[in-house]
Amino acid sequence: MPVPESMEMFVDPNRCIGCQSCVQACSECDTHKGVSMIHLEYVDRPHSVQTVPVVCMHCDSPTCAEVCPADAIKKSDDGVVQTARKPRCIACNNCVIACPFGVPKMQVEFQLMMKCDLCYDRSSVGLKPMCASVCPSGALHYGTREEIEKLRPRSKPVSEFRFGNQTITTKVNMMVPREAPQMSIDVTDSMFDEAVGRGEPTNLLDDMLGEE
Amino acid sequence: MGLLSGFTRERRTAASWGALFTVVLAVAIVFGSRNLRHFDAALVGYTFSVLFATFGIVYRYSMWLQRPPTRLYWKRGWQVFFRRGYVGANAVNWVKRLTQDFALNQFIRHRGTLRWAAHFFIMWGCILAFAITFPLVFGWIHFESMDADPTWYAVMFFGFKVGAFPTESILGFLTFHGLVWASFLVIIGIAFALRRRARDHSAAALQQFGEDFLPLILLFAISVTGLMLTASYTWMKGYAYDFLAILHAITVIFTLLWLPFGKFFHIFQRPAQLGVSFYKDVGQSEGMAKCARCDAEYASQLHVDDLIGVERELGYRYDIETSKTDHYQRICPACRRKVVALAQGKLWAGEMSPMDVSRG
Repeated sequence: MPVPESMEMFVDPNRCIGCQSCVQACSECDTHKGVSMIHLEYVDRPHSVQTVPVVCMHCDSPTCAEVCPADAIKKSDDGVVQTARKPRCIACNNCVIACPFGVPKMQVEFQLMMKCDLCYDRSSVGLKPMCASVCPSGALHYGTREEIEKLRPRSKPVSEFRFGNQTITTKVNMMVPREAPQMSIDVTDSMFDEAVGRGEPTNLLDDMLGEE
Repeated sequence: MGLLSGFTRERRTAASWGALFTVVLAVAIVFGSRNLRHFDAALVGYTFSVLFATFGIVYRYSMWLQRPPTRLYWKRGWQVFFRRGYVGANAVNWVKRLTQDFALNQFIRHRGTLRWAAHFFIMWGCILAFAITFPLVFGWIHFESMDADPTWYAVMFFGFKVGAFPTESILGFLTFHGLVWASFLVIIGIAFALRRRARDHSAAALQQFGEDFLPLILLFAISVTGLMLTASYTWMKGYAYDFLAILHAITVIFTLLWLPFGKFFHIFQRPAQLGVSFYKDVGQSEGMAKCARCDAEYASQLHVDDLIGVERELGYRYDIETSKTDHYQRICPACRRKVVALAQGKLWAGEMSPMDVSRG
């Protein structure tokens, strides 16, 4: 069964509290059991505790699939980009270093790329992906657009990202301020900037280093 | 006109390679069977289906090789294998990987024991069956009674005697029942595969009839009808032998015709894994790329530069105009995950205070 069109994933890194619930729950999923597909990254660890849960954004035109020499990565009709097909994947790592969001994981001992597939065994039968079902802060939300509009009146979902001259549209949404004029997120524009909040007085590490 | 306009340069190239391989095989059949003298006319259906399968497999393989990433890594695989200074180490690794990955399927064992058992038995059953069937069908191998002692059989390969054995011997029994042993291996493998597919929730969510069940059904049909032939002439005085022979031929021919289209095509794609492993070995020893943002090594420089070329050829434009880097491909995957959050955070920082953000 396909994933229902009305059900969407909404990611809001600002709400992530770094609890690792999603990471643990992810490995419970049957399509990749025992292996967590979520990356939980510190955005700028020396200066901030902000974390970001990274799930597959399920691009409309997936770079990972296009650069795959084995033609092993397929997108199902419902827009979910699946883990590499096991008979085909030759473990070349192309998808891992080409994905603009840094999502695929290479399981070296399996000789297989694995990635978030929206917990296809669950989402294809109307259940929430594991990560969204356990996230306590709503950084990962799976539901309808009407639901998210009620839950987050100050936010709006966007699904367009710019990387240099390349625009990528995705099935998964990211939450941005409702009042923001942007309809897309320019990822590379502030790529070399400091993280938000960096250098504020609460930054103990900088203070301590400064005193020496 | 419509048909001709759809016949692109890639398709013409693929069709040419397909035709060439098919003709070469046909010539080898005529030559190997000594002008068809040892060719068994009863097997002509098998021969023509193999010729068709050859065309289809080479056609699809050629189409596959013309995809920009496949073409590049195919070329690079050969280049790095024969690169000066690496040939010796590559040859040693080739033997090692051929044994571990291909003969023993070690990487599949890491994915799951049941999955490995299924693949291992099916694979070796098919290899044994192919090794027996094709040379017989092509007339490349046949057996002759020896004039000196009619109880001995000579093994003739391409018309040359390569060995002999007594017909009433263990070796004779094992040889003449080679396809029976192959059937047993395949059926055991299919039993493991079906057990996994029936019980595994992951398989239940993703498996498709054409991709996952049809190959098992075809292999099972071949094995069972083949065993029925043996049972018919061994214990049932040839009961229904003609019907069973036709039924068996149908299952084999259908499978051969389907080889280029379905899951079995991975047999021909899979060796690319070897080329990729040499590409990684040589790439890593020749220098790693460092992330333009965090300075960490994340892939070989060769791989990153090649990937930029492939992306451009595919129409992707990840080029960036900054003083620090010229292409997003020079950012490591870990930094990519972070910069998306950074960019999103910037939007919120411009809109609200931190307290507002938390209520977002």
